Amino acid sequence: MAETMQFDLVSPERSLMSAQVKSVQIPGADGDMTAMPNHAPLITTLRPGILTVETDKGTEEFVVTGGFAEMGEGLSVLAERAVPTKDVDQTTYETMVDEAHAAYQQTKETFQNEPGPVDDAAKLLADMVAVGGRIGLSPKQPNL
Amino acid sequence: MPNLKDLKTRIASVKSTRKITKAMQMVAAAKLRRAQDAAEMARPYTERFNAVMAALASSVGDSDSAPKLLSGTGKEDVHLLVVLTAERGLCGGFNANIAKLAKQKARELKGQGKTVKILTVGKKGRDAMKRDYGDLFVGHIDLSDVKRIGYADAQGIAKDVLGRFDAGEFDVATIFFAEFVNVVSQIPTAQQIIPAAYEADEDASDSASTLYDYEPDEESILADLLPRGVATQIFAALLENGASEQGARMSAMDNATRNAGEMIDKLTIEYNRSRQAVITNELIEIISGAEAL
Repeated sequence: MAETMQFDLVSPERSLMSAQVKSVQIPGADGDMTAMPNHAPLITTLRPGILTVETDKGTEEFVVTGGFAEMGEGLSVLAERAVPTKDVDQTTYETMVDEAHAAYQQTKETFQNEPGPVDDAAKLLADMVAVGGRIGLSPKQPNL
Repeated sequence: MPNLKDLKTRIASVKSTRKITKAMQMVAAAKLRRAQDAAEMARPYTERFNAVMAALASSVGDSDSAPKLLSGTGKEDVHLLVVLTAERGLCGGFNANIAKLAKQKARELKGQGKTVKILTVGKKGRDAMKRDYGDLFVGHIDLSDVKRIGYADAQGIAKDVLGRFDAGEFDVATIFFAEFVNVVSQIPTAQQIIPAAYEADEDASDSASTLYDYEPDEESILADLLPRGVATQIFAALLENGASEQGARMSAMDNATRNAGEMIDKLTIEYNRSRQAVITNELIEIISGAEAL
């Protein structure tokens, strides 16, 4: 049996998963990373993407919209919103994209002369759109 | 002495009141269980969040680059009081207690010459504060359409508060809510949310000393997490409030049901006595009539 570590996935409303796992693939803000047992302590923020958890019994996937992950003795992912991939249908996905789009529009208005935050919001939106393709739904292209 | 018919109608009306309060109590009990579950579910998130924030806050410390949400604006002249209450009444002293605590705090701050602004969440709190501090209101958030409090609602409130903070409208924000202890006791609580006060738990001191790698750097993580922290704290407070409200309503309705029961007993005795008096009276009349013959 491969080495395992404690993994918790919690959203503000409930705890989605708490189990011993072999590895977890995290959509980190600076790029995807795979966390395995005995990883160095790390705190990272998440971008919208897919979190893949590998356990002894197989893999599970979740769509997360943001949040952060903390690696200490185990791994805890605190997601702003997390939904098991199989529960995401086209409507849920489109709502998520719309929310990201609304956030983007708002940032664009607030920071008119600062490209920094606007670019960040645009990236979040693009990530959210890309999630659709990854989970086999037709990506929704918002009008920019 | 009231006549028999009056007593009878009163007994009937108190009985139907008892039915209503009994039903409300049972509804509150069912809702309480749901609210408690929701609060329970949210706890792991809040706990971990606070642990991570404590670790981050201690590593960034009081450096000049620390974000304003953590270190404050450097002044504390303008205070924002966010009063979280229920949308509905008939829950004992629940709303009144929160409002009382907020009023007391407002009076204290005014006594120290600070400016006070009030943001109310929940209709009952607004009504209770309006008479004394209506001129200090800067806004009201209505949650009466919300059936079940979600994180999105907390985010909405947090956004409102953070928007005001960014616009420099206040220096210190405090939220008022009732902490749920058990069904009979809910403690009105004041908690400062801006600047954020994260303290490491005693048993978390081991993990706080762990040297974390940060990706991206600490400051951008902190800048990302602090606004979320405000939302998380408001969400936790809303959930506590939800459980407290139902708990308070349950015990208030339990009392009301019991009082109604006592009243029915008293009225029934009175009814029986006066009926007996009427019978005795009639008997006396008949007997004395017979004797007179």
